[in-house]
Amino acid sequence: MNDDNILRSRREGDRLVLTALGPWTAVHAHNLEPVIEAQATSSQPVRAVDIDLSQVKPLDTFGAWLIERLARAFSARGAETRILGLPEDYRGIVDEVHGANLKPAPPPVKTSRILVALDAIGSALVNATNGGVLILRMLGAVSKALGRAILHPTKFRWTAMVVHMERVGWNAVPIMLLVTFLIGCILAQQGIFHFRKFGADIFVIDMVGILVLREVGVLIVSVMVAGRSGSAYTAELGSMKMREEIDALRTMGFDPTEVLILPRIVALVVSVPILTFLGSMSALYGGGLVAWLYGGIDPDVFLSRLRESISMETFLVGVIKAPVMAFIIGIVASVQGLEVKGSAESLGAHTTSSVVISIFLVIVLDGFFAIFFASIGI
Amino acid sequence: MLQPAREVVLSARDVVVAFGEKVILDHLNLDVYRGEVLGFVGGSGAGKSVLMRTIIGLLPKRQGKIEVFGVDLDAASEEELVAVEQRWGILFQQGALFSSLNVLQNVQFPIREYLNVSERLMDEIAVAKLEMVGLSPDVQEKYPSELSGGMIKRVALARALALDPELVFLDEPTSGLDPIGAGEFDELIRTLQRTLGLTVYMVTHDLDSLHAICDRIAVLAGGKVILEGPMSAMLASEHPWLKAYFRGKRARMAVTAEG
Repeated sequence: MNDDNILRSRREGDRLVLTALGPWTAVHAHNLEPVIEAQATSSQPVRAVDIDLSQVKPLDTFGAWLIERLARAFSARGAETRILGLPEDYRGIVDEVHGANLKPAPPPVKTSRILVALDAIGSALVNATNGGVLILRMLGAVSKALGRAILHPTKFRWTAMVVHMERVGWNAVPIMLLVTFLIGCILAQQGIFHFRKFGADIFVIDMVGILVLREVGVLIVSVMVAGRSGSAYTAELGSMKMREEIDALRTMGFDPTEVLILPRIVALVVSVPILTFLGSMSALYGGGLVAWLYGGIDPDVFLSRLRESISMETFLVGVIKAPVMAFIIGIVASVQGLEVKGSAESLGAHTTSSVVISIFLVIVLDGFFAIFFASIGI
Repeated sequence: MLQPAREVVLSARDVVVAFGEKVILDHLNLDVYRGEVLGFVGGSGAGKSVLMRTIIGLLPKRQGKIEVFGVDLDAASEEELVAVEQRWGILFQQGALFSSLNVLQNVQFPIREYLNVSERLMDEIAVAKLEMVGLSPDVQEKYPSELSGGMIKRVALARALALDPELVFLDEPTSGLDPIGAGEFDELIRTLQRTLGLTVYMVTHDLDSLHAICDRIAVLAGGKVILEGPMSAMLASEHPWLKAYFRGKRARMAVTAEG
């Protein structure tokens, strides 16, 4: 669009007459603004300005505001500014924007890069500490609720616990079996492939048996549970927090830890060892299958070698870790859920943190268990 | 006050909406004229929100034709639909502000997406709109979760008006506001409607709003518009539901209060 079709200017002595033409609306704003800016910043000296609006049609907030901006620019340069020929229909909107944007925008705060970096480090540290404190606090609250539930077993929400056991335990069985089966297959295949080079195929059975029962079974199951159920807990508690359901519970005299969190955590603590057992069996089955089909080790040989290489202790070392892992996943998920603030973004961020932190803690804990069992000689 | 020759901006003809076996809107007809404030009333569950959501394209209809600004929404191409959507603004009952954007970004959202204007103009227009709906520019940095119910409605109205629409849909704009806040909001809608030359389609239960700002009222019952006209027609009607609604105890209080 030609500039002259938007705003025509002519001089009458030291008076500048600007005539606005055509549609001054939102959809034309990108054409209007440069024209306005050119006029507002032109260096020609002016004493008085008339802005003629009689040929504008239609005019909306965008157009009216741009006229106002132009008028203010001229006034600021000391020119006497008048608006002429304003159609009656548009008087309201022009008056409305006349009072708008009078407060100057707050100046952008200047910060140095070093300060920003230091600030980021500082707040990350504070957040990490707060995160630790929150986990400890949740541990305390859950222990208290657990103690009360042990003293008054009828008060414990058994129904809720069973529902959650179905969701995090029973419904998770197929995927856990499948994943651990595949892991067992892969372990056995890799073992056979490399051990065969020095004729030690048979030791694959020792490796698969010990690794699966002590470490891999519980780790895979815990990581899967953190991703599958920990995230669900956080999202559920978080959206309850957003819709003030948790506040409602509290004001009715219920403890959210007792009503919402304890049944969820107990369900996890009961389900994860079962899932770990099932997962380990499935992984051993997968390992045995690959040893037979790929490594040519007979199932009979596999079973008798397995019986020699593992003991009850091997199995117990693995499965004893499971409830601890479940407990920590539940605690982290609950802490993150209750930390959700009003926005959808916050819910997403806390669900992510929940999964990341619980998987991290599961692996760290597993390391501590390894050190512990090594030092007591198992 | 009523001029039948006025331009029709929204027309619904023979609209049927049903969920399964349950027919909500049964061959409904409705016209909205340019520059009027139409109040839409009906019992809870009568289908007021269903009609609004059908018009703005959130619900499918079984039958019928809806034209907005003379464009048949079923026959329109993608571009025509987007053009129509830029000419209407919608205020949802709960505000429906984007929770991860602050107030200023919420109001700027449609401007940023549809108009190719400078950052400076976007800021200025958004602040002007916030001021128009009676908010101080100090709130622009806040997030929706930090706002009160009345402020959420105002910000949502500013967002609905961001592109200077010709037609505004308001879904129960005064619900959840205290009587003073509701009165101010009515006043605001009236002022903005006059200044900006808006056409307003307002679903409401608030008898005070109906008295104070509606030029015309349409009543939905049994899936049809059973009566449309000014307040006087409502008061004169002998239909039992209308009698109970407009001449019941609460209604008389609203009329007396008005004076």
